[in-house]
Amino acid sequence: MDDLILEMKNITKTFPGVKALDDVSLRVKRGEIHAICGENGAGKSTLMKVLSGVYPFGTYEGQIVYNGRNCEFQSIRDSEKAGIVIIHQELALVPLLSIGENMFLGNEQGTKFNIDWNETYGKADQYLKLVGLNESSHTLIKDIGVGKQQLVEIAKALAKDVRLLILDEPTASLNEDDSRHLLDLLLEFKKKGMTSIIISHKINEIAYCADTVTILRDGASIKEMSRDEGFDEKTIVNAMVGRDVAHRFPSRTPKIGPVVFEVKDWTVYHPTYHDKIVCDHVSLTLRKGEILGISGLMGAGRTELAMSLFGRSYGTDISGHTFINGKEVVLKTPKEAIENKISYMTEDRKGNGLILPEPITTNTTLSSLYKIVKSGRRITIDRDLEIEQTKKYIAETGTKCSSHEQVVGNLSGGNQQKVLLGKWLFAEPDILFLDEPTRGIDVGAKYEIYCLMNSIVDSGKSIVMISSEMPELLGMCDRIYVMSEGRIAGELTQEEATQEKILTMILNSEKGRVKLHDSKD
Amino acid sequence: MIAKIERKSNFKGNAILLALVSVMLLFEVMIRIAGKGSLFAPANISNLINQNAYVVIMAVGMLLCILTGGNIDLSVGSIVCLVGAVAGVLIVNHGMNIYLAIVICLLLGILLGAWQGYWIAYVRIPPFIVTLAGMLLFRGLANVILNGLTISPFPDNYLRLFTSYIPAADNDGAQLAVSLSVAAVICVLYVVSEAISRRDKIRKGYATESLAALITKVVLICAFAIAFATLLGLHKGLPIVLVWLAVIIFIYGYFTSRTVPGRYFYAMGGNEKAAILSGIDTNKVLFFAYTNMAFLSAIAALVCCARFNSATPSAGTSYEMDAIGSCFIGGASAYGGSGTVGGAIIGALLMGVLNNGMSILGIDANWQKAVKGLVLLAAVIFDVLSKKRRKNG
Repeated sequence: MDDLILEMKNITKTFPGVKALDDVSLRVKRGEIHAICGENGAGKSTLMKVLSGVYPFGTYEGQIVYNGRNCEFQSIRDSEKAGIVIIHQELALVPLLSIGENMFLGNEQGTKFNIDWNETYGKADQYLKLVGLNESSHTLIKDIGVGKQQLVEIAKALAKDVRLLILDEPTASLNEDDSRHLLDLLLEFKKKGMTSIIISHKINEIAYCADTVTILRDGASIKEMSRDEGFDEKTIVNAMVGRDVAHRFPSRTPKIGPVVFEVKDWTVYHPTYHDKIVCDHVSLTLRKGEILGISGLMGAGRTELAMSLFGRSYGTDISGHTFINGKEVVLKTPKEAIENKISYMTEDRKGNGLILPEPITTNTTLSSLYKIVKSGRRITIDRDLEIEQTKKYIAETGTKCSSHEQVVGNLSGGNQQKVLLGKWLFAEPDILFLDEPTRGIDVGAKYEIYCLMNSIVDSGKSIVMISSEMPELLGMCDRIYVMSEGRIAGELTQEEATQEKILTMILNSEKGRVKLHDSKD
Repeated sequence: MIAKIERKSNFKGNAILLALVSVMLLFEVMIRIAGKGSLFAPANISNLINQNAYVVIMAVGMLLCILTGGNIDLSVGSIVCLVGAVAGVLIVNHGMNIYLAIVICLLLGILLGAWQGYWIAYVRIPPFIVTLAGMLLFRGLANVILNGLTISPFPDNYLRLFTSYIPAADNDGAQLAVSLSVAAVICVLYVVSEAISRRDKIRKGYATESLAALITKVVLICAFAIAFATLLGLHKGLPIVLVWLAVIIFIYGYFTSRTVPGRYFYAMGGNEKAAILSGIDTNKVLFFAYTNMAFLSAIAALVCCARFNSATPSAGTSYEMDAIGSCFIGGASAYGGSGTVGGAIIGALLMGVLNNGMSILGIDANWQKAVKGLVLLAAVIFDVLSKKRRKNG
């Protein structure tokens, strides 16, 4: 009988309309590093939120047994008291406070009305030494890099007397050196008897440090593999993939024409960290009537590429060339991009796409207001024409709403997405960038969006589709570019493309980077 | 469902109007009981307009600033003082041609606005800070120009531009006839435009309100216009400043509700990132909002100079609060993206009626401030609560 520190039994968690977790079980042995793998949306983060009490007991079904006791966590505070600490993907540090202050935030030393700063900074320095961070605890968080910030998070967890450490994508924003350092640190803690759960996209890292791997797919636990039984990158990838792709996507006979859009040597730097390269000499072509996919992991630079092409709405020091129908164009603002019949539909419909308190009409026409001015006048809006046009696009996208005056914030996610799509169709683009067009919407609405995409390209327009869901790319796209760390790692036709090939391309590209890195040292 | 939504939004717009009417009636009753005449005395109505013209003008400008995202302009009172000082020096001290002086003053307003607008829109320094600095800077400059003294009096031809009445003759009969005929013309134009719009809608097959509702609305508005004109005609006629106000209200009302650039203000306040990705240059929008605000403040300054017949170092003190308060009482969102010119004007009138009514009743000036403060808070609380209820409902 294994000595289990944690056992999650038959966890089911439903959100309105979606089953995020379906009868998932997880068994973590004491003193091991346990990895959880799966595609985006497989339910990894949801599972960890259930465990840490973000979703309190009662909002899910199933049982959590921790240290032999049945646990009913009501909040993060409860789980932390039990020694379970989760470090989220987005670091939760306050940039303008010092390392020491951050480390004991919410856990202040001394009494409520008299913080003991000597104790705070003294202890902080000890924990920093433990994680091998050579910084004073008085340093402000904003003055240290992301890699060091990640270590501070771990030190902060140690200060809470952690017994089970959960890391959600800890290396997503780290470079190779920092990632390696972090993983080694975990291995070292393991020797001292600490248990950790690591969620990661990077399969090579999991193969490097994990003792056991649990694979999640579509909210269900598929497989558990242990190091004794033997696993490698390939077996993990195989287990992650492998589902029925047929019939989830409407069929289409592609009518592919000449190249309409071409990008050469497109290089973009991060808007705040000017030396960080986000898109690295990207070149691609897009043909008439084609759905082109861009695949890649989070942080591969896909959104950044699309936004920088859309009138430089992202990034600095942009260089490279863009051609529309063979003619070079320079698009300096989103307005110029729209005028040149390029549209970009954002992945973040609530944050960057829609004006939630406004009705469907104003949202639909916003991308191209000059199309609804009264004939013969320059700036006067024709309300009747606006309503007429909005109704047309509501019908075209199949948006379900009570009227064209319904406030967008009251629509369901799928219908909001359709309004957003209608907004960009109203601009009548020839080239349409769709960034995660089906994120966070239910299966039925997804299918409707796919059908819309097919009819768009059938009418002779072209689509660039960015998605983290590989089956969707494989099912919809005529051609797929694979992006990894800002570069195009490869190109696959629909016939060639499989999930294994895409993941292998990303993996090889990352390995290439590591080798490059090593040879430099 | 559709009808429900429309009824709700109508209710919200009318709630402020309803508040204005009930406050007016309340004061009327109190003033009558106190035996101090009537709020609706012809002279007092005329007075109300002259007293509050500047607030209405500035509230319209402030609305545009607030629409961009709850941004306010604290410097407007000081701009009134500075532009007034320059007007005084040019017109009174140097005897410059008044039209040339007015153009210079308006250009000065645009310049001051562009100065602030540049820092706010293109360098993205928070508006609160830039205009707080402007508030001190412009007031200081005004006092330097005035040397701490009051300049007066302004020549008659200047005063006539802002404080006279139509018709100019001192003939009671003519005054009533003129203001009633102006009201009649306006009523006819209004009825015709409503009729055309309705015919157009029916022809195109769009939804229309019921004929009875339309007739009730038209009759109410026409009756109000004629009653208002009668009151003005019984005093001295149409105050000329009312004409200027009508022009400004029409231009900005049309701009915000019917034009493409007007739509940009609402889009920016609603979701700036979405606006940028829709091809809108939000920097330009912000720049225009603050330049325009100072321009309207300059107009307000010219009106104030004429009304007080002087340029004083303390002119415009706390006008920014009147303008900001009017917008919020009038239903503008403190986060931007919603609010109307009509609402801001009703807000300004509500503040004006409070001032006027309490003054007639002889309520202490300090108490007046306290009451105005409570009304402002109540208006915003009402706005927030009604939004919450709509979200939950």
